[in-house]
Amino acid sequence: MMVTIMILLIFGLIFFAGGAIGIIRFPDFYSRLHPAGKLDTGGLVITMSAFALYTIQPFDLEAIITSIKIILIVVFVFITSPTAIHSIVDAGIRAGLEPWEKQEDK
Amino acid sequence: MNAANKKASIDDIRPDHNKNNSFHHTNKKQFALIPFVVTFFIMACFWLLFSGKFDGFHIFLGIGSCLIVSGISSRLLFPRGVPPLLLKTWLKFAGYLPWLFNQIFLANLHVLYLTFHPRMMELINPKIIKFNSRLKSDVSRTTFANSITLTPGTITIHAGVMGKFAVHCIDDKSGQSLPGQMENKISKVFDE
Repeated sequence: MMVTIMILLIFGLIFFAGGAIGIIRFPDFYSRLHPAGKLDTGGLVITMSAFALYTIQPFDLEAIITSIKIILIVVFVFITSPTAIHSIVDAGIRAGLEPWEKQEDK
Repeated sequence: MNAANKKASIDDIRPDHNKNNSFHHTNKKQFALIPFVVTFFIMACFWLLFSGKFDGFHIFLGIGSCLIVSGISSRLLFPRGVPPLLLKTWLKFAGYLPWLFNQIFLANLHVLYLTFHPRMMELINPKIIKFNSRLKSDVSRTTFANSITLTPGTITIHAGVMGKFAVHCIDDKSGQSLPGQMENKISKVFDE
């Protein structure tokens, strides 16, 4: 059980680190939002499921309620995160920032 | 000349912006009982879950605050009354979730692969694609836009009132499957 939790935590941290590196490596504002939005939700799901598994260890009502709360954190992030990304992109488009495109003739 | 072109292309991306101000319904409705009861039930479930205390005092407090909140704001949750097939829609939505989670997992792996790839700049090819969606209601279009943002390499830029969508994709592979399968699944969930 502990091994599963540790593997999940390590994978989640890899996802978070990938998100941070992706924000630096991608070329422009819009494509940087891809790692910022997706890898954060992915890492959050994996680490939170590890926390939920860890909390449910003594299997009683209190532990179940706590792990349901942890799962609800994931649910609310899943609702708000795409909306936030969409409004950031929409602000960029409204301000007139052109998306970066690959130069074909090089 | 160049600046004028840029302006035109941005107006093209957001075509129906500022045209529909359908938010301002100011008609007063009188108190509706069924939305109140349903809102109260949902609030009470969340209260029991979040407090985790089942003695009389805490349940009394919970019932009191749920009554106040659902009395004030039941019209926010169900602005047009409770739809008759609410529970069925939620169950079908729960059936849609496993597919969505699988897609989200694939999206994460794909973006992670792109992030750590040493020749990333050759793999990506950001572009904007536009299409019309046949989804009608607000909830289904919101679900569709959020699902697009969560799945492989795509972010919704603009979800129009009339069903126009603009999507930013990170490479060629991600954009090909849109709207396609996801729209079919969502239209099945919401019966459209």
